[in-house]
Amino acid sequence: MERLDEKTRGLGHDNGGADEDALAASAAEVAVSPELAAGSLRDYLHLWLARLRAGESGVLPVVVGLVAITIIFQSLNSKFLTSGNIVNLLVQGAVFMMLALAEVFALLLGEIDLSAGFVAGLSGVVTAELLTTAHGSWPWGAAILAALLACAAIGLLHGTLITRLGLPSFVVTLGGLLGWQGVMLAILGNGGTLPIQDNVVNDVANANLTPAASWIVTLVLVAAYGFTTWRRAARRRARGLVAPPPGFTIIKIAGVAVAGVVLVLVCNADRGVLVPIRGMPWVLLIVVAVATAWSILLGRTSFGRHVYAIGGNAEAARRSGIRLARVRTLCFVLASFTAGMAGIIYASRLRSVSTNIDGGTLVLYAVAAAVIGGTSLFGGRGKAIHAVLGGIVIAAIDNGMGLQGFSAASRNVVTAIVLIAAVTVDAVARRSATTH
Amino acid sequence: MRPVPGVRVQVGRDRLIAVPVPVTASRDESLPGESPRSPGSRLLELRSVSKRFGPVLALRGVNLVVPAGEVTALAGDNGAGKSVLIKTIAGIHQPDGGQIYWEGRPVHIRTPRDAAALGIQTVYQDLALADNLDIVQNMFLGRERSRAGLLDDDSMETSATKALAGLSVTTVRSIRQPVASLSGGQRQAVAIARAVLWNSKLVIMDEPTAALGVAQTEMVLDLVRTLAERGYAVLLISHNLHDVFVVADRLAILHLGRMVATGKIAEFEPQTVVSYMTFGRVQPSADTR
Repeated sequence: MERLDEKTRGLGHDNGGADEDALAASAAEVAVSPELAAGSLRDYLHLWLARLRAGESGVLPVVVGLVAITIIFQSLNSKFLTSGNIVNLLVQGAVFMMLALAEVFALLLGEIDLSAGFVAGLSGVVTAELLTTAHGSWPWGAAILAALLACAAIGLLHGTLITRLGLPSFVVTLGGLLGWQGVMLAILGNGGTLPIQDNVVNDVANANLTPAASWIVTLVLVAAYGFTTWRRAARRRARGLVAPPPGFTIIKIAGVAVAGVVLVLVCNADRGVLVPIRGMPWVLLIVVAVATAWSILLGRTSFGRHVYAIGGNAEAARRSGIRLARVRTLCFVLASFTAGMAGIIYASRLRSVSTNIDGGTLVLYAVAAAVIGGTSLFGGRGKAIHAVLGGIVIAAIDNGMGLQGFSAASRNVVTAIVLIAAVTVDAVARRSATTH
Repeated sequence: MRPVPGVRVQVGRDRLIAVPVPVTASRDESLPGESPRSPGSRLLELRSVSKRFGPVLALRGVNLVVPAGEVTALAGDNGAGKSVLIKTIAGIHQPDGGQIYWEGRPVHIRTPRDAAALGIQTVYQDLALADNLDIVQNMFLGRERSRAGLLDDDSMETSATKALAGLSVTTVRSIRQPVASLSGGQRQAVAIARAVLWNSKLVIMDEPTAALGVAQTEMVLDLVRTLAERGYAVLLISHNLHDVFVVADRLAILHLGRMVATGKIAEFEPQTVVSYMTFGRVQPSADTR
């Protein structure tokens, strides 16, 4: 790296020392000039527009959509924005968010994972089975770990078939959708429903933090986010690199802080009917943790960078020396692994697993959630946060229409319309990006 | 086409090369006015390089010298073997006969990685940039700098800015804008800067101005000149003779896999170049004038 630095600093290496010095001086000058480094608000807006033109609409559309949905449902039914319903909606949405997080890995490559729903189901079944006395009542941690490793192995199988044999992901994971459903049914046998006997596993989606712990955890998370975001932006500004203006950074951090405080206030309000229920559900914390981990993996590591590169231009990635097969296989492993976590949340919420798990519908909702959140079906564009926001939209539609007493039929139609609208936005953004 | 003053090049001198050529022992041309054994400025040298694809002889005993600090243009009609030649240098094809010398030493370039290790970078015609990534991300694609497992974006951005500034590329508004939002010329500039970033000594460019408008072409040609002035060797494939005469120091013309003429650009006239490209020799009659 040292050598590279030197080389890039002195591009005129062979032309003698004086020339090199002059070059280094001009380079330093350019490094802080507004030509290349955006510092002012105007330059930052220009950068934002450039990203928008390139199809990176960010989270704005989905946030606007979420506000619109909230206004509509709240005006139809004043129960929509009660603390009990909001928490319920978020817990319902946790499975969608988690499955959408799984789907993001496949979508970023320009692929799809149709098996995620039944891989999730299988994960719940494996966990529940290992907890039964028939299998020696495994400790909860071991049972969950075994289920998640099994899911990772499934992802490895999918990924290997797709990358090494060059099979289309659509077909391989369609096979997975059927096959893993079969395996799941075979494990469950004719029993139909298998209750989960472990309290910790059941608490995953049903227990809450104490109100005090909710405050502490949220404030620590917001402070950590604010600190790292501010420090990073300040460091980049000091070095003359592209950074948002300080006002932007403050607004961003303040927005997250307000969202955190509102969330805790909503969660800590008593939402019980017979006995008081207060505090933030554990499952929300789990979703935030996984979404954060995958955000860092995709946004701040070279693996993540390679995933985006493959989704954007696989040939360019190949010529850059990226090992395509390895990265793509790992994406399918991560997708199935994350789907496994979704399955455990699903099982925990019902305190049981049964043959009724509809993995087909679940995976379609997951794809819809990721795309509604702003992830492109065409690969290369999308973030972990998109999966979370899209999952909330899907859950809100489901919940709001349920409150109004709409039938499942009309709920499906509305979800479909929102999905098509989201894909339309994606396709239009993509087309305007490629007309260059 | 701009008329270029100069004398007719003296080529086609019969000369047998000492290096054995298994595939074809053809008569070869050497550089006019230069001793074939003098190293020094010769960064890359090909001697009697041949390449066969089944029954097709794509390259027949090709000799070529690419000196540092100069732009060498490679011209030729479709099917003349230009692409095969640069792919052989870039490690995508293996020569069947002959020898490649790098800084005077014989080398075997078996893979693109070998070529990169020597300091040979290729800028492809289709650019090979990821539209969804920004300029910095593209320039460091496949060789990201990390610290403690996380990407060191600050250091990459600083180096990318310096590399662009060093090539006098100042037309991009922000180095953090996605490549999709750049013009064709700017994309070419990013691709070239990317090639330069990797400790490279020789930059091979395949039709860098093929898809560009007039102003964009000017910008890219300026960039090519800048590269040569900074001491890089540039090997440029071009169909556009105007570009060749504007930017190149040396010209090498391929015809049906044979190197029919090489020399300094001043030794050529556009008409003779066309004649070499089309017929492999200078037409004695006036019908090409």
